[in-house]
Amino acid sequence: MELQINGKTYEVQADADTPLLWVIRDELGLTGTKYGCGIAQCGACSVLVDGAVTRSCVTPVEGVVGKKITTIEAIETDDVGKRVVEAWVKHQVPQCGYCQSGQIMAATSLLRQTLHPTDEEISAAMVNLCRCGTYNAISAAVHDLAGGRPGQIAATGVSGQASARESGKTVATATIALVGIAALGTIGAKATGNGRDES
Amino acid sequence: MNKVADNTVQGEAFPTAATPTNLSRRRFLLASAGITAGAFVLGVGLPARTARAEALAKPAFRGTRVPAFLEIRPDNTIRLQSPFIEGGQGTFTAMAQVVGEELDADPATFIVENAPPGPTYSVMDSGMRVTGGSMSVRFGSVPMRRMGALARLMMLQAGSQDLGVPVSELTTQPGRVVHTASGRSLTYGQLAPQAMDLPVPDPASVKLKEPSQFRWIGKPLQRLDVYDKSTGKAVYTIDTRVDGMLHAAVQHAPRLGMTVGSIRNENQLKAMKGVHSVHRLPGAVAVVAERWWNAKRAAEAAQVDWQEPAADSTLRVMPADFSTKAFRERLASESGTGEDAETKGHVADALKNAHTVVSATYSSQYLNHAQLEPPSTLVRFNPDGTLDVWLPNQAPDMFLADIAKRTGLDPSKINIHSPLLGGFFGRHFIYPTASPYPEALQLAKETGRPIKLIWSREEEFLRDTLRPMAAVHFQGGLDANGTPVALEAVSVTEGPTENINNKRGEKLDDSALEGLTGKSYAIPDRRIAQLYVKTPVTCGYWRSVGNSMNDFLYETFLDELADKGRQDPYDLRMRLLQGNQRLTNLLHAVGELSGGWKRGPFTAADGTRRARGVAMASPFGSQTAVIAEVSIRDGKVQVHDVWEAIDPGSIVNPAIVEAQVSGAVALGLSQVLFEEAVYENGVPAARNYDMYPILRPDHMARVHVRIVESGATMGGVGEPPLPAVPPAVANAVSHLTGQRIRSMPLSRYTFA
Repeated sequence: MELQINGKTYEVQADADTPLLWVIRDELGLTGTKYGCGIAQCGACSVLVDGAVTRSCVTPVEGVVGKKITTIEAIETDDVGKRVVEAWVKHQVPQCGYCQSGQIMAATSLLRQTLHPTDEEISAAMVNLCRCGTYNAISAAVHDLAGGRPGQIAATGVSGQASARESGKTVATATIALVGIAALGTIGAKATGNGRDES
Repeated sequence: MNKVADNTVQGEAFPTAATPTNLSRRRFLLASAGITAGAFVLGVGLPARTARAEALAKPAFRGTRVPAFLEIRPDNTIRLQSPFIEGGQGTFTAMAQVVGEELDADPATFIVENAPPGPTYSVMDSGMRVTGGSMSVRFGSVPMRRMGALARLMMLQAGSQDLGVPVSELTTQPGRVVHTASGRSLTYGQLAPQAMDLPVPDPASVKLKEPSQFRWIGKPLQRLDVYDKSTGKAVYTIDTRVDGMLHAAVQHAPRLGMTVGSIRNENQLKAMKGVHSVHRLPGAVAVVAERWWNAKRAAEAAQVDWQEPAADSTLRVMPADFSTKAFRERLASESGTGEDAETKGHVADALKNAHTVVSATYSSQYLNHAQLEPPSTLVRFNPDGTLDVWLPNQAPDMFLADIAKRTGLDPSKINIHSPLLGGFFGRHFIYPTASPYPEALQLAKETGRPIKLIWSREEEFLRDTLRPMAAVHFQGGLDANGTPVALEAVSVTEGPTENINNKRGEKLDDSALEGLTGKSYAIPDRRIAQLYVKTPVTCGYWRSVGNSMNDFLYETFLDELADKGRQDPYDLRMRLLQGNQRLTNLLHAVGELSGGWKRGPFTAADGTRRARGVAMASPFGSQTAVIAEVSIRDGKVQVHDVWEAIDPGSIVNPAIVEAQVSGAVALGLSQVLFEEAVYENGVPAARNYDMYPILRPDHMARVHVRIVESGATMGGVGEPPLPAVPPAVANAVSHLTGQRIRSMPLSRYTFA
C-alpha cells in the first residue's frame, strides 16, 4: 500500500486492517501522533485525513489509501496549523503535552472548515481529553484564533484547501471522522448550551 | 519513497564524576539530540576534572558539582541537567529560572533535561531524589540557585584569568562577564572551557540574591517546552526506539497473584503475523513481535488458563469475590477507636459535655491515575555488559537500585533514561506489579534483543495502583451557640505508603491521614485516628495523596457541623481561624476574588438556581481556599466557577502556578463529579476511558486564581491546589439541594 503523508508518499507493509496510528508510529517512525486509548475516546491519535480530523487509532490503514494525511510533524506547513501552533505557544497551553498533538489537529481541522467558528462549534469540535486539565487554555487559544476574543491572532491567510465557511451560519457537526469504522462520528452539538456563561 | 526519519534515541547521559566521558561519543549524542551540526562540544565534564569533583563527593552543600549540571556552549545556550523530571508541572522551566537567576543567564537560553541517577543530583536536604510531593521547587530551588551562583563565580574567575584583572573589578550581565572599567567583556560561552575546568569554589563563598534583586524569579516566563509540545517534537518513553528493537505486548492475569497455567492456543499465537515469540511472565503472557500492533493482537488473543494464586504468594492477592461496593460498606461498618494520629485536649469528655453531637460516616472512592501516556519501557542489554533502560519514572535512583537488584548488574553498568512524562499524578513511583519494566527486562533477556513493551490502555487500567478508599467516622460536638468545640475523626483505611511497602511502619502512615491531620481550625478538643483495615487493592500515590480525599471528608463534615449549628460556613471558618493571619487573609482573598462571599441559593442571570460552597486545605506546605459555584441541570451537577486563592509562601513562576491551579481544579472536579474505580468479582469494571469517565472539556469550570505570597516558608504547587476543590463543590451541592453529600463521586447521587 502507498500512503500520502505530509506531502510524501510512503510504501507501507502493514496489514490492511492495521490502525493508521500504528503504521504512522511504528512503521514510519512519526511519533508525534500519540496512542492514548485505542478506542477513539481520548483523541490523542488525531490526524487530518483530507483535512478532516480523524482518530487514527480506529482507522484501518486501507481506508486512507489515496487520501492526504497530515500529522503533527507537518502542522506548520499548513497555514492554519501554523497559526494554531502560534496560538498554543501564546496561550502556553501544554502541560505534559501528551494530548496536545491531537488537540492541535482538532483545532486545525475546525478552523480549516470554519474561519470564525461559533462557541457552539468550538465546543463541538474540541472534545479531546486532557488529564492535565488544560481545557481553559485550549479554549482561550481557539477562541483567540476564532477572532472572538481580545488579543486575537488575526484569522487570515487560511490556505486554499480550507472550505472557508462563514462563521455563525453552520451547525457544528461531524467534526470527527472515523474512517472505515462503523461509528461514523457525529459529535454534533451535544456540548452546547450547558447552562453556563461563556467565558 | 522517502526514507523515514529515525527517531532512534541515544543515551543522553551527561558526564559526571561517575561516568567516564568519551568526547567523540558525546559529540554524536549532542548531534542526535538535535544540536546543529558543527556545534562544538566543550571540554566540560571531562575526566580530567573527575578527581576534583570526587573531592566534593560529600560536599557541605548538596548539588555543587557545577560541571555535572551545566554545559555552556559557544553560542551561549546552556544545557542544564535537572534533578527533577518534567511531566507537565513546569519544573524544567522553573529550574532554568532559578539557576539562570544566580548564574545571570537568561532562562530562555536553557535546554533542560532530566539528569541521570547519582548522588550528584540528589540536591534536596533530605538526600532523596524524587519528583513528587510537590517538592521540586520547594526543596530544589535553593540548592539549584547555589549551583548557579557557584557557576557564575567560576565564570568570573575564568574572566579574571582571561582579562588579567581581579575578580573584584568584574561583574556580569546576562550571559557575559564584563569589565566595566575597560569596556571589555567575554561571553559565558567563550569562558566556559576554562571556567568549567576550575575547582568549584567553596559554597560558603557565594551569597544568594535577595528577592528584591530578582530579575527572573517571580516573573511569568514562558515555558521552555511549549513549542516542542505543540509540534509533536517532545519525546516520551513510548516514543523511544533503538536499532534492532522488537515490540512487546502483554495480557495480564485478571486478578493480581494469579499465574500462567497453560496457553491453549500458543502455537496459533506463534503463527500469527509478525510474531517473534510468546513468553510466560509472572502473572502475564507476553507476545514479542516486529510491530506493537501485531504483538497486541496476539497478546489479546492468547487463551490462558490462569492458575489461582499460590497460598504463599507474596503479592497482594486480589480475591475472586472482591467488590468495591461491599468493601466500602465493610469499611463504613468497621468499629473501633483506632490509633491516635493527632490529639488535643480530651475529645471524649468534650463530646460528652457538648450541647449537640453530630455523628456521620463519610467515605472516599478508589481512583485511577488515567494519565494519557500508557506506561512503557524500552530495555537494551548491550554487548559490553551494560544495560540501558528508558522508562517513565519520578525517581531515577530508586529505579536504578531496583533494576540492579533484579538484574544482578552493578549499578554502574546500568543507564537509566528518563524521558518526559505524558502525565504522572503519582503514577510513576516504584510499583513493581504496576509497571512494565520488570517484564521488559525479562523479555529482553529471553529474546536477546532490545524490547519496547507498551501496556495497552486496558492493561494499564487492570494493573494501575489506585488512590486509597477510606470511610471516616466523624463525631462533632457543638456548644449552645452552635460553635464546634470537639471533633473526632476515625479513618478506616490503609494508607498508600503502608500499602506500597506491604507492611505497616513503626509510626502511622502520614499519607493515610494528611488532610484530616494538620487542620488549623481552633476546635479545642480533637482527635484524629486511623483504624487500619488492609485492602486487597494495590494502592499508590495520586496527586495530593492523602489530602486528595481527606480534605473532602473533613471539610464537608465541617459544613455539616456548621449547618447543624446554624452557622454560615464561611463565617464559621473565619471564626475558627481567628488570630491566624495567614489563613484569615487567604479566606478573605478568595471571598474577595469571588466578588464577596454569598452562599445562595440565588438565581443567576440565565435563570438557573445556584449556590456556592467554600473549603480550605493545607497540603504540602502551602495553603489554599476555594469557593465553587454550582447548579443542577437535568439532575447533574454543573460547576460554573471555581475561585481559588493559594499561598505557597513564595513562588518562582506565577504563570506556571496559575496553570497548575487550573489543572488541579480540573482533576479535583473530575474526582468529585465522575471518577470511581469500581471492582466486581475481583476485576475492574473499567478498562478504558469509556467506562472510567474523566473530566471532559464541556465539564470544565471557569477558574479564577489569586496567588498570595505571604513570605512563609516555600510550599508546593503541583498538588496543593487540588484538595479544597472537591469539598467546595460538594458543600455547594449540599446547600443547593438540601441533600447532604458524604461521598464522591456526585454522579452516583440523584438530584431532583
